[in-house]
Amino acid sequence: MEQPNLTYVDQLARGDEKIRQTLIDVIKTEFPEEEKEYYTVLAKKDYKKIEESVHKIKHKISILGLEKSYELANTYEHNLREHRMEGETDFEEILNTISAYLKTI
Amino acid sequence: MNCIIIDDEKLARTILKTLCDDVDSLQVVGEFPNAMQAIKYLNENEVDLIFLDIHMPDFTGFDFVKTLKNPPSIVLTTSDSQFAIEAFQYECIVDYLLKPIAAERFKTAVTKAKKHQLISAKTEEQNAEKTYENDFYINIDRRLIKIDIPSIYLVEAKGDYIHIKTEDKNYTVHSTLKKIEEKLPESLFLKIHRSYIINLKKIIDIEDNSVLIKKDVIPVSRSKRPELMKRLDLL
Repeated sequence: MEQPNLTYVDQLARGDEKIRQTLIDVIKTEFPEEEKEYYTVLAKKDYKKIEESVHKIKHKISILGLEKSYELANTYEHNLREHRMEGETDFEEILNTISAYLKTI
Repeated sequence: MNCIIIDDEKLARTILKTLCDDVDSLQVVGEFPNAMQAIKYLNENEVDLIFLDIHMPDFTGFDFVKTLKNPPSIVLTTSDSQFAIEAFQYECIVDYLLKPIAAERFKTAVTKAKKHQLISAKTEEQNAEKTYENDFYINIDRRLIKIDIPSIYLVEAKGDYIHIKTEDKNYTVHSTLKKIEEKLPESLFLKIHRSYIINLKKIIDIEDNSVLIKKDVIPVSRSKRPELMKRLDLL
């Protein structure tokens, strides 16, 4: 599976360590909250809320340079719109990969 | 340009703030996680530009745009390209940025917003000039004479000529009632008969089917009477 990276964050920070750290801190704070929210709404089988949650996380997937994972999340989001759960396993694997990566930065 | 950022995701707001900080002409004056907070702010403050996320729970970016009476320039930010067509329906939406937003693409959007601001300002200026057109010129014996519009109280058509009666003087010009009607502001003048246009502010009284204006008694067409009555400020 492709691995997350900070290429976009570095492009944005343009060598400014303070900006870089601010962005990383926001990702590290916000991602676990969004992940938790995803599993909460998933347990309730609220398709609309799951879709919203996936949509929000999708942005972080793209920020972390996970292009293929972004496409998988996109497909999952569209399936949820039609009340279908195909893509759930792939998406949760992406969440695990990001969680593991965030512990390393 | 003063701008605000509306996005329910903190990371998205932080990224946009970082991109804005890199443009000298942009000042971020507010960041909002939802549309309702932004509406509250905009009720009391004016901004030049809004960076707006479309996909927000409860109240979408488009719902938000519809609430704005005089919207500033808006740049949409979204992860989906599917909303682009709908965005074209709004004159205030100047650009559409796909996340993750690249710095160069962001600068292009700001340039578009600046152009939009300039065009809007110019249009407003032209409209203001139009509002203040207070006079026009008539040609009498090769002399151009300035006529002060508010001073006109009556215009009467007679054959190929029109009589323009003002507070100070009367003029006879080779023209038509239709031509002069185009020069006169609708808010002040009304054609009450096929041969007469009057200044509503100069009416002294109205009786049955005639109007007394200065010393002239002018007939009112039956078809024009309802419009005349509607335009009067009745007690």
